[in-house]
Amino acid sequence: MDFLNALVALSNFVLIPAVAYGSQLALGALGVTLIYGILRFSNFAHGDTMAFGTMTVILFTWLFQSWGISLGPLPTALLAIPFGIAATAVLVLATDRVVYRFYRAQKAKPVVFVIVSIGVMFIYNGLTRFVLGADDQRFADGERFIINVREFRELTGLSEGLGIKTTQGITVITAVIVVAVLFWFLNSTRTGKSMRAYSDNEDLALLSGINPERVVMVTWLIVAALITVAGTLYGLDKSYKPFTYFQLLLPIFASAIVGGLGSPLGAIAGGFVIAFSEVGITYAWKKVLGYLLPESLEPSGLVQLLATEYKFAVSFIILVAVLLFRPTGLFRGKSV
Amino acid sequence: MIRVENLHRHFGAFRAVDGASLEIAKGSITGLVGPNGAGKTTLFNVIAGALEPTSGTVIMDGEDITGLPPHELFHKGLLRTFQIAHEFSSMTCRENLMMVPGGQSGERLWNTWVGRKRIAEEERALAAKADEVLEFLTISHLADHPAGAISGGQKKLLELGRTMMVDAKIVFLDEVGAGVNRTLLNTIADTIVRLNAERGYTFCVIEHDMDFIGRICDPVIVMAEGKKLAEGTLDEIKANEAVIEAYLGTGLKNKEALA
Repeated sequence: MDFLNALVALSNFVLIPAVAYGSQLALGALGVTLIYGILRFSNFAHGDTMAFGTMTVILFTWLFQSWGISLGPLPTALLAIPFGIAATAVLVLATDRVVYRFYRAQKAKPVVFVIVSIGVMFIYNGLTRFVLGADDQRFADGERFIINVREFRELTGLSEGLGIKTTQGITVITAVIVVAVLFWFLNSTRTGKSMRAYSDNEDLALLSGINPERVVMVTWLIVAALITVAGTLYGLDKSYKPFTYFQLLLPIFASAIVGGLGSPLGAIAGGFVIAFSEVGITYAWKKVLGYLLPESLEPSGLVQLLATEYKFAVSFIILVAVLLFRPTGLFRGKSV
Repeated sequence: MIRVENLHRHFGAFRAVDGASLEIAKGSITGLVGPNGAGKTTLFNVIAGALEPTSGTVIMDGEDITGLPPHELFHKGLLRTFQIAHEFSSMTCRENLMMVPGGQSGERLWNTWVGRKRIAEEERALAAKADEVLEFLTISHLADHPAGAISGGQKKLLELGRTMMVDAKIVFLDEVGAGVNRTLLNTIADTIVRLNAERGYTFCVIEHDMDFIGRICDPVIVMAEGKKLAEGTLDEIKANEAVIEAYLGTGLKNKEALA
């Protein structure tokens, strides 16, 4: 019984939140990795693109709510996602046209692109705050739980409860679908193959008659979709605040780099590595250990390795360790 | 076919191509030779759109193609291969060839979802064509191998194969024979001659192997210090004093005269 209780507590506080968070990071990191693979720079505006995308989803959600449209038990935001993606796609394509294309024509070095993307970051940053403000926004509606703690206790008779939030369920399911479609797209369609070819050897792709502007455009469209979905899922699961999204840049980059920049598979693996480390290290293990250890060994402290406020330090330390010992990441991406 | 007029490409103070003017006749296999650093590869890079010229013009069939990007030149029928073979290393040899030509209907995002049948047909035709090309190049056993894992010489053949996937008008070959064994080199020479005769490809070939040049090229253009130095058959240019000087330096000739 104690073992089961420990398992339930572990699932409730570590496994399920980490899987949901990992899925969100994975989607974010896929965007970073695609931009790195195709456009060959680290996009620092990624976090704020996510904030912008989520903001448009929130605005559309509110619009639909004011019209009385809802999805019943599911959050209305799911209905707003396609519109949010469209708005984000317009924004990133316009940015590419006005800003990045100029530097592509100059054949600017990647470091120039990075600095340019920091400029873009500030603009998006201001844009989001200008439209929606810097405050916390809640936009989740519908059922809150798939299973809630009390029901679970009554059902199983265990003293520990297990709660699965609807948003966590939706996060995982959506992430699986999005990743499946993305991999099918990259591996089986001609457009996806052109993208891989372009990422592999730009000169040769051009000589094969592949239009680079088209490849770049498709990449931005995919990135807009990925980032809007990731941001919306994160916002539903936790809450929406532009500054938090800017901060997510660190774990997202850490995920992409841990997995190996340029490798989509790596981005997903990296997302989960970071999420599990972050949640595991900032979780107070007292309860789980209390169930598992004999009474005499029961810890008196919280057994929390790091306070929650320092969670970003986890990404940072992993990032530094990977860059020192295996700069190409788990899946042998490009070295940074 | 191709007319290059007073072309310059400078890298800072270094003039890699320094006022080159030359013409490549339609249907010819033109050899481009010259000592190392004569500007041959830079000239290729400028013609094929990899580098912008500092000044000067490139005319193809009466049309100014100066500074066009490589993918647009591809669609005009101007192709090139690299001195060091390039390939999509994570794809198989067949897939490598099937990337050519760009601009297939499957590359449009919309068609990916609604035009599946048309794309499938196109892909089938391409796969058949790719197999035919691999057969022609005697490397059909490598069709399903990742292109990153085949030998250097085989990569050169694959490069040549890329140009056979479409009806090219003119193909620029940059040291297609370097690092390739004799037998394979003969295959390549035969392939070039056949493509020239049967499919009307015009070739411009950079090569250091004079036997190879002598076998397939007429005329031969000699470049030195970024300019055209001489043009003629291999025997003519071998007898040209300026050419000997460029290759061997001035000193030697005087010594020979003394001896």
